[in-house]
Amino acid sequence: MIDVNPKGEVWVFAEQEDESLSEVSLELCGRARELADTLGVKMGAVLAGWNVRELSYRLIAHGADKVYYVHDTRLENYRTQPYARVLCQLVTKHTPQIVIFGATPMGRDLAPRVASEMKAGLTADCTDLQIGEYTDVKTKQTYRNLLLQIRPAFGGNIIATIINYDRWPQMATVREGVMAMRSGDPRRSGEIIEEKIEFNDFDLAVKLIEKHREPRKVNLKGARVIVAGGAGLGSKDNFKLIHDLAGAIGGVVGASRAAVDSGFIGKEHQVGQTGTTVRPALYIACGISGAVQHRAGMEESAKIIAINWDKEAPIFGVAHYGIVGDVNKIVPMMIKAIKQR
Amino acid sequence: MGYNCVVCVKQVPDTSSITGEAMKADGTVNRAALPTIFNPEDLNALEAALAIRDEFGGAVTVITMGPPAACEVLRECLYRGADRAILITDRRAAASDTLATSYILSRAVRTIGTYDFVFCGRQAIDGDTAQVGPQLAEKLGVAQVTYFERLVDLRDRTARIRRNVGNGWEVLEVRLPVLVTVIDTANVPRPAAARRAMRYKRARTALEIAGEVKKATPQAVEAETAREVDKRLEALQAQGLAMEQWNLDDIQADLSWCGLAGSPTKVHRVQSIVLTKEGYTEIAPTQEGVSRMIHELVVDRTLG
Repeated sequence: MIDVNPKGEVWVFAEQEDESLSEVSLELCGRARELADTLGVKMGAVLAGWNVRELSYRLIAHGADKVYYVHDTRLENYRTQPYARVLCQLVTKHTPQIVIFGATPMGRDLAPRVASEMKAGLTADCTDLQIGEYTDVKTKQTYRNLLLQIRPAFGGNIIATIINYDRWPQMATVREGVMAMRSGDPRRSGEIIEEKIEFNDFDLAVKLIEKHREPRKVNLKGARVIVAGGAGLGSKDNFKLIHDLAGAIGGVVGASRAAVDSGFIGKEHQVGQTGTTVRPALYIACGISGAVQHRAGMEESAKIIAINWDKEAPIFGVAHYGIVGDVNKIVPMMIKAIKQR
Repeated sequence: MGYNCVVCVKQVPDTSSITGEAMKADGTVNRAALPTIFNPEDLNALEAALAIRDEFGGAVTVITMGPPAACEVLRECLYRGADRAILITDRRAAASDTLATSYILSRAVRTIGTYDFVFCGRQAIDGDTAQVGPQLAEKLGVAQVTYFERLVDLRDRTARIRRNVGNGWEVLEVRLPVLVTVIDTANVPRPAAARRAMRYKRARTALEIAGEVKKATPQAVEAETAREVDKRLEALQAQGLAMEQWNLDDIQADLSWCGLAGSPTKVHRVQSIVLTKEGYTEIAPTQEGVSRMIHELVVDRTLG
């Protein structure tokens, strides 16, 4: 662990594979920038790989003041131990107060290994990060400017706020898509700091024998928010509104079978018995009447908003919020409301 | 020769059947009101270990950390084919976060001694953190392979393992010992074997026996109870039905790394979001109505 260090930087682990940055890393840069501004400290990104210096500029555009870049052939493909060595050595050297990772398969493999070696706290799968204070009930001592690590637990039935006031850095993984990605500013300037890392034989003992990647599929299962459109949209052109709302809210696009059959969108987006069964934190059903096959695939969602012109539509039977009206008018209102929040 | 496997399993509350009654007024979970189950991916971890033993020889030792009642999952492991079961139980381990838990498990694994594989489920359904596996690997100072899909090859104490990385897969080659976390699609866990279940349903830990004796003879003086417990334990040991039970001293754990003291993360607050679905809130189809709804969703943290 490192000492509590209120002047320490806020760091993001910049996840890259095959020379492309994961989206969640850029989403995290946006939030890390805000956290750093609140704390009045610099924001850094850790980038490791082989010939990926170019990616530094995107990290800087998305808010990084500094990019700690480790350029090493042995880091070309992700492996747990050498990457953990990179993080541990850099954290020990630069003592950041916060280090956040995407809650991706890579981030969830790496972050706990690093946290264990640093003997620091780590909170998994956060859906929100804020700066706040905490008062210990027993000692009455108040700790200010802590990272509040907010996450669902117990299968999404409770929301817990976790803090770590003494064994730093404060570490968290954050779910993909829950933090809005800001548009990058290519005029921002930042510093690229090249770092050299010492590896031992153990770090390099695991060998990558074979690697196979598939093009990224629609991740309805893992989505926290799903915006789904149905036949009620009326046309493929109107269905674009669903993409717009999903983009604004940081959600994934879903669809009813009727919308898929009408050719508004591909089958991989279909929610329901014959498509994907989902249980996101929020499901927005736009112009979906709610046939039983569709409801079976989404009624377990924690919150459901239904928008339909027909107040008798069965979708309202599973909804928490219902809006009776024209979906093509209401969706733009929602986009506006989200942009203003 | 064969391979020695240690499997870490956990008894968890069944989070899929949480109802309003499971939440206390202060917003915390009333664990007593929840049914408990064998953490699903730990069954996949057990199966992966049993499959290695069945093919290559060796032994499967199962450990769990929890209250005395957690031996239910240990018995389940014995029914399914595990060779040895150990309960790690100690009040001083309560409130351990993932770091403290992995430390305690590492002490238990070291106490078992030599091993080739440590298997864990990828994650437990009560926290979904997936942290204990990698943290345990680090504490043991061994390599980790997460998201095990299948064993591709195993020879000369070197394993080739295919792991699922979400958008694809890869094969890693690793010298043993290694810690492996297993995902639900890796295999189909074998069911309990009827003959083993018949035999091991009488398996008990010392704590369980003590509970049973106290219940049967509540009036007995302490010395008498203790004697009866020892007698029963001996009888079970003779039949190979005594499950081992270790506390933090037995595994020589440093208490400053256990329980609340050993846990860097603390719960600041907990908020219940269990919903009672009785009709829906009607929102006016106006900008004002829609904005108010979005605001509500931001306030209750549905929207980040």
